[in-house]
Amino acid sequence: MSGPNKQYDPVEVATLDPAHLDAAVTAAFAAFAAAGSLEELKTARLAHVDKGAVAAAKREIGALPPSAKADAGKRVGAALAELGRALAARTVELEAERDRRILVEEAVDVTMPVGRRALGARHPLTLTTQRLQDAFVGMGWEVVEGPEVESEWMNFDALNLGKDHPARQMQDTFFVDPPDGGLVLRTQTSPVQIRTMLDREPPIYVVSTGKVFRTDELDATHTPVFHQIEALAVDKGLTMAHLRGAIDHFVRVMFGEGTRTRVRASYFPFTEPSMETDFVCFACHGDGRTNDAPDGAPELLRACRTCGGSGWIELGGSGMVNRKVLTACGIDPDVYTGFAFGLGIERALQLRSGVTDMRDIVEGDVRFSQQFGMEV
Amino acid sequence: MRIPLSWLADHVDLAPGATGRDVAAAFVSVGLEEEDLHGGDVTGPIVVGRVLSFSDEPQKNGKVIRWCTVDVGPHGQMESERIAQEIVCGAHNFEVGDLVVVVLPGAVLPGGFAIAARKTYGHVSHGMICAEDELGLGTDHAGIIVLDTYLGADAAAEVRPGDDAIALLGLAEEVVEVNVTPDRGYCFSVRGLAREYWHALGSPEGGFRDPAAVPTPAPSPTGYAVELTDETPLEDRTGCDRFVTRVVRGVDPTRPSPAWMQQRLTQMGMRPISLAVDITNYVMLAVGQPLHAYDLAKLSGPIVVRRARPGEHLTTLDAVDRTLDPEDLLITDGGEVPLALAGVMGGATSEIDASTTDVLVEAAHFDPTTIARSSRRHKLISEASKRFERGVDPDLAPAAAQLVVDLLVEHGGGTADPGVTDVDRTSRRAAYLLEVDLPSRLVGHRYPRERVVEILRDLGCTVVDGSVVDASDGPKGAHVLVTSPSWRPDLVDGPDYVEEVARVNGYDNIPSVTPTPTRGRGLTHAQRVGRLVANALVGRGATEVLTYPFVAESLADAFGLAADDERRSATRVANPLSDEAPLMRTSVLASLVEALRRNVSRGQKDIAIFELGSVTLPGPDSEHTAPVPGVERRPDPETVAAIEAALPRQPRHVAVVEVGEAERAGWWGPGRAVDWSDLVDAARAVAAALALELTVEADPDHAPWHPGRCARISLPDGTLVGHAGELHPKVLATLGLPPRTCAAELDVEVLTVASASATRFEAFSTFPLAFTDVALVVDAVVTAAEVETALRSGAGEWLESVTLFDVYAGDQVGAGLKSLAYRLAFRADGRTLTTEEVNGFRDAAVAAASAAVGAVQR
Ligand SMILES: [Zn+2]
Repeated sequence: MSGPNKQYDPVEVATLDPAHLDAAVTAAFAAFAAAGSLEELKTARLAHVDKGAVAAAKREIGALPPSAKADAGKRVGAALAELGRALAARTVELEAERDRRILVEEAVDVTMPVGRRALGARHPLTLTTQRLQDAFVGMGWEVVEGPEVESEWMNFDALNLGKDHPARQMQDTFFVDPPDGGLVLRTQTSPVQIRTMLDREPPIYVVSTGKVFRTDELDATHTPVFHQIEALAVDKGLTMAHLRGAIDHFVRVMFGEGTRTRVRASYFPFTEPSMETDFVCFACHGDGRTNDAPDGAPELLRACRTCGGSGWIELGGSGMVNRKVLTACGIDPDVYTGFAFGLGIERALQLRSGVTDMRDIVEGDVRFSQQFGMEV
Repeated sequence: MRIPLSWLADHVDLAPGATGRDVAAAFVSVGLEEEDLHGGDVTGPIVVGRVLSFSDEPQKNGKVIRWCTVDVGPHGQMESERIAQEIVCGAHNFEVGDLVVVVLPGAVLPGGFAIAARKTYGHVSHGMICAEDELGLGTDHAGIIVLDTYLGADAAAEVRPGDDAIALLGLAEEVVEVNVTPDRGYCFSVRGLAREYWHALGSPEGGFRDPAAVPTPAPSPTGYAVELTDETPLEDRTGCDRFVTRVVRGVDPTRPSPAWMQQRLTQMGMRPISLAVDITNYVMLAVGQPLHAYDLAKLSGPIVVRRARPGEHLTTLDAVDRTLDPEDLLITDGGEVPLALAGVMGGATSEIDASTTDVLVEAAHFDPTTIARSSRRHKLISEASKRFERGVDPDLAPAAAQLVVDLLVEHGGGTADPGVTDVDRTSRRAAYLLEVDLPSRLVGHRYPRERVVEILRDLGCTVVDGSVVDASDGPKGAHVLVTSPSWRPDLVDGPDYVEEVARVNGYDNIPSVTPTPTRGRGLTHAQRVGRLVANALVGRGATEVLTYPFVAESLADAFGLAADDERRSATRVANPLSDEAPLMRTSVLASLVEALRRNVSRGQKDIAIFELGSVTLPGPDSEHTAPVPGVERRPDPETVAAIEAALPRQPRHVAVVEVGEAERAGWWGPGRAVDWSDLVDAARAVAAALALELTVEADPDHAPWHPGRCARISLPDGTLVGHAGELHPKVLATLGLPPRTCAAELDVEVLTVASASATRFEAFSTFPLAFTDVALVVDAVVTAAEVETALRSGAGEWLESVTLFDVYAGDQVGAGLKSLAYRLAFRADGRTLTTEEVNGFRDAAVAAASAAVGAVQR
């Protein structure tokens, strides 16, 4: 490397030689490319941009005669600009590489088990209750509730279940001590309907949901504590056709659009006329038989387990509210008519979710609830 | 109620080619639910056999089997090997020469049991000799069927070995069983079912033949004397309002009832007993009138019907000595000797026996309530009581008695006495003025007048034009005057007739019209609160369970409740399923611990469960009686209030129980055990879901919690919400629950009321937050809540939060003291606070704390 020119005499300035400058730029490019990290790139910059041949050439310009300055300045400037661009490009490359590397280094095994905190769940029976309630609320009905320890009058008398009705005997009803104190554990949610009729003026469109009690020992199909939902409508001009329509709508909401129903006469003290409703089995679609054979195998027809082979599933009892019941609640049966229908919520859950043993519903094993999460 | 198709066909024309399933479907269409289908599921060969020989062979297992040869005619081994059928039989109730029923290999018995020749007890048994139950004829398995006894000697003389036993015993015939609802007592008879089947077919002209339509003689003074008395009628209805007696003399007691009758009784699920008894049962099944046959020789005085006297006894036919109640109705001999519990069961003293030749037939009508109460009182449900309590046709007695007399004469060789007794106190049925449009209006389907009248007449009603009486109300012809048939006491008012019209016309013709209520207001606040509380707890990782609300008496002691604790006053179930758990829970926790125990016993270690449900709080002096007013009108407000006052308070509570790890151990490090604070936090989560603030204080005296680890949770106004913390170690030990189990119980009603009004939005500042830390030394007994309250009271309006981030007790603060480190956060509305201001607030807060609880800044 030569020193700066001190004289105005034109001397040979080797660093400003175009070929020399090109070589320096080429060398710098090579150094940038060779830099494997941002630190190495910094070293290359120091060597080839801040110092080195091009920097030296820039210093030499001052020594040139004015006539040569412009030309040399242009060349050196172009070389520097070229180096700057190359440096920036390489910096971007190396920064991206560094970022990539850090993310790789930070990688973990995301398949390791988690679950530091327990996950909760609702009980499917309460979820079924909510679902049923919501179906009615969506139809413009309201939900009503009442006490579980109830008076005999509300639970029996007002519902046209007289003193001699078999349901009032000890074998079905839990009586509160003393047995002649007029209190029972309600055997149905219907007393809530009585309370509603005593409290409100028609039009009334309500469903009552809740716990009811019968003196059955717990087994696979019975439980002494279970849940019901009952609908009650009292209005002017209500007919059995409205009853059927309400049931049909409800069945479609619960078991799917197009679910057919059939009705037949029945008897309940609370209603007259009374009606029993069946809906077509959703498992066998009314055939009464299902194919139990695996895919591709020859047909193996068995009696449908959901409906027992009849093709129909019993929904529950219903009817037009007995005039005596309206009268006992102070509603004029010549002005208003009403209808009511009810069903067991355990049964709705069993049908919907394939729960076969009642004990699973009542035993409180967390594994039962946890299968359902927050929805049935 | 069962009905064999052949018996049904005797009284109604069956649809051509109708099977049992078709008949059952027809019954369903008129509201008689199908219960079962019997018979028709036996396939041959099943033949008559005559026992030729047997040898009894004792076995190692103590049993003695019979190795028999049986003549089965030209079938079985006779056909294939030219020898008599060889069969192993377990029964011993037959002799050589007896006619029996033999099931040959290849036959299929009820339930799909295929019979094949099989090796047993060292022989090859080629079929089996049958008992009744194996053929689906009854439930008897005491021995095999011996046809000489089963059919009677006369009928048995007609059969030969090799005859088809399927036809002989009616095994191929289908029997439909239907469920009869309590209002249709008349369907407990072939008469009623035949009529219903006829309706199902559209009530074709002449298609129904009433089995009770027989001529009956007029009553005569020479009949057996009968007196009806009742000094204490129930609900103003006399116990017996009709009593018919007939006498048949000279009946041959050795004659069996005819085979066809025995077969029908068997098909109906009854056991043939003797001629007189079988005939009364047969006629009862045919027409629905319960009947009783007395041995006339055992009677001395007139028959007197009366209520029982206190302390009176009767030994009924089932050999039970019964102490009678003054409400029981009795048939007595001369007024003194009880003969029968009226309408329920006969007595042993006048029973028909093997020497009875003269028979007194009783056909009576009793009050349903009297019979229902007696039947229940004595836990005695008989074929008679079942019918009487549902209502028997009061006009039926003479015809039923006549049918019995005819059969006794025909099959028993007796002679009917000309004397006929018929004490008739029945009242005329009132006619009902039916609005002809009522069925259309109540059903929502158009039934023309002619159709309504036609259906009512088919049902047996008398229908006359109502214009004579309905002139005052509506247009002429708007009403008809209907009198129900004697067998339909259930038809009383308009809706009863509406149901009949709709039913006979077909319920499936009722249209479907969705009602459109317009005033729905959605779920109530209380209902939404229930869902939110549960969901908030699920969000914290708890699982909802359901438990029975029944708890043991000993639980109050196990919980360590004080003598005067309100939760000791519990509602008691008079007839609990288990004497171990006769009380209604006074806390949800009381039954939730059972679910905890079950989960622990099934291997769960880390458990967080909750239940939302009612508790029953009758309070200490709860001897209330709820009035039971009449139902003729709405009870007056005082009565309704008295009913409500008699009910115990039943608020909704939520209880949470947690044990094990709150945060699990794992590859990430150690876990954290559940402690009291998790439960206080659960309460906080529930309150936060309802935008409520809670106040927490120590409660050293609230069982079943740990006295040092129990938080009393209340609303800022002091209203108690509940308790949370760790349960008392002694309670846990007593109940066998895991140590360190924590629990909370909150009154959801309180939370519901507190959150009822809409939350008001409060504007918040967007200026920067300023923090300052302060460590305070206080006496160890001072609570964190007290210190925080003091800090808050002194810190001024811009205090945003107080966070306790460290608690230290040890050498550096001195004995009996503790250091609490707080971070105070301040933020002003509309400006940024200066450091000097914040320091001033802090100093004021510390000053308040030192004034209130003697706090010294470290
Ligand atoms: Zn099905």
